[in-house]
Amino acid sequence: MLENALKGNKNYWTWIVFLLVIISIGALCYLKQFTFGLGITGMSRDVSWGFYIAQFTFLVGVAAGGVMLVLPYYLHDFKVFGKITVLGEFLAIAAVCMCLMFILADLGQPMRGLNVMIHPTPGSILFWDMIVLNGYLFLNVIVGWNVLEAERNSVPAAKWVKPFIYLSIPWAFGIHTVTAFLYCGLPGRHFWLTAILAPRFLASAFAAGPSFLILLCFILKKVTDFDPGKEAIQTLAKIVTYAIIANVFFLVCEVFVAFYSNIPGHIVHLKYLFAGIHGHGALVPWMWASIVFMLISIVLLVNPVTRSNETTLGIACTVLFIGTWIDKGLGMISGGFVPSPLHHVTEYIPTIPEILISLSVWATGFLIITVLFKIAINVKEEVAA
Amino acid sequence: MGNNRRTFLKAAGISALGIGTAPVFNLFASSKPAATKLTPEFSQKKSALPAKHWGMVIDTRKFKSKEDLEPVIEVCNSIHNIPHHEEKNHEIKWIWEEEYEHAFTDAENKYINEKAKHLPFLVLCNHCENPPCVRACPTKATFKREDGIVLMDFHRCIGCRFCMAACPYGSRSFNFRDPRPAIEHQNPNFPTRMKGVVEKCNFCAERLAVGKLPACVEASKGAIAFGDLDDPNSTVRKLLEANYSVRRKPSLGTEPSVYYII
Repeated sequence: MLENALKGNKNYWTWIVFLLVIISIGALCYLKQFTFGLGITGMSRDVSWGFYIAQFTFLVGVAAGGVMLVLPYYLHDFKVFGKITVLGEFLAIAAVCMCLMFILADLGQPMRGLNVMIHPTPGSILFWDMIVLNGYLFLNVIVGWNVLEAERNSVPAAKWVKPFIYLSIPWAFGIHTVTAFLYCGLPGRHFWLTAILAPRFLASAFAAGPSFLILLCFILKKVTDFDPGKEAIQTLAKIVTYAIIANVFFLVCEVFVAFYSNIPGHIVHLKYLFAGIHGHGALVPWMWASIVFMLISIVLLVNPVTRSNETTLGIACTVLFIGTWIDKGLGMISGGFVPSPLHHVTEYIPTIPEILISLSVWATGFLIITVLFKIAINVKEEVAA
Repeated sequence: MGNNRRTFLKAAGISALGIGTAPVFNLFASSKPAATKLTPEFSQKKSALPAKHWGMVIDTRKFKSKEDLEPVIEVCNSIHNIPHHEEKNHEIKWIWEEEYEHAFTDAENKYINEKAKHLPFLVLCNHCENPPCVRACPTKATFKREDGIVLMDFHRCIGCRFCMAACPYGSRSFNFRDPRPAIEHQNPNFPTRMKGVVEKCNFCAERLAVGKLPACVEASKGAIAFGDLDDPNSTVRKLLEANYSVRRKPSLGTEPSVYYII
């Protein structure tokens, strides 16, 4: 099936070359980081995780979001999703690959990365994160590839694939739960020290992942003859609606607990993000933009008229994706580190090389999505013909 | 011809199998003596100071000003090859000074007297009994020794900085760049670090091993005591019995081994 990725029209190749250019620029920056050290980033002693880890966290959500197709299709036999379930799995593959690359980019000694396996430490959540992420990648590669191959040969998928499909469902919840546990089990980091962190991560994941998939489906509809079907998109849109409402609700719960309890350690991080403290407030406009974006998306999604209109649905999904990205990919990590445990305010602003490296990881993810989706669409066209 | 080829393939296959299994057989053959031979002996030097639970008591009353703290911090920096980077984001600190409100964030007080407010307090790794950094480390590069000291293996650390997120005392530093050019005078008796690894105070484990007290204790002119918290007759326990003392962020359950007499 891979050969499908090597045949394409001019637009396809232009897009691929564009991605490769971005990847190369980021690769050069990474070379600089590799030789100099992480000092080329904006991270510091006080804000010791930055853009890379934030992108990783957000993308774990996008990866887990794929389960919102797999679960209805395989557990509830919801046939409408039949055409696009494999796209959800392929999106998960690309997202997990980006996660792994972001973790690697964040390591001070990437050449020692395998120490996590050579010296397995079950007490560390990072050890488990390594297991669940690689496991999820493995599951989606097996399931996605085999199901697509079966579709190509017009036969039902092999029986042995079924257990992997069922396993991938709780596993998707697992990857984001474990990722939340990385943060919410740390004493002295009050912003993350909340039992609702994993549910909140899942809610934003099930909003951001499927909304991204809706956008990808719209693009596919434009550039290929593939049509996922109106009902599939509409059902996905409803899932996104519930998830984004849950996400905002969880945020409201956090704000209530912090401010009504009036415990300074809990308030101060939210204050930093939404109002700024001691004159530091680099993220304030971003965080409010995030809130506004998420609220706009809720208005557009709850209203059946704007939800069923493809243009407004597209707008809703775009602002939702940006809103949840700011929330998790920008605010979540910095917010936990500012102020520091000793109550110093050291702000974090990513540097240009850091952003270029991140962009190149995103571009690699898009390259994987492009290639996998190209294969899937070609197979579907082949079968239909 | 066909027969010939088959025998050749068979022979090739068997020899390939032989090559593949030889190391396995060797391993079985030599595993026992090799194991006894290779087991390193972890005997302590006779001069090493023994303790069940090393602890530190800092008598803050004896540090009147920044000048009193300087030699204590300076000696640590110089013997441990701690680099001095101009850029604040890259700084490495093992032991340093903080004002009261930053050192004891749980015990803020609007009306605290001016003297206490601006008095510099020494802060360092607390060598917690329940160290969150050790829990977080995915490679056991940071670990707690039997005598309570929390140590780093600079060669195993992958630089994920999970320990830095886990430490509630901000006691850990990361080498954002090569530290070696930023070390004024290298002490050849202590390793320098490389870029990309985390480091922190080690309670001078290298000095305890040869019967010396931590350098900061020696330089403090009696303001810092060091000893076995498990031994009721030790200086540290006697000091804690005779004076009111506090620890940093006790509510987090980390059980710091560094005490402050106020």
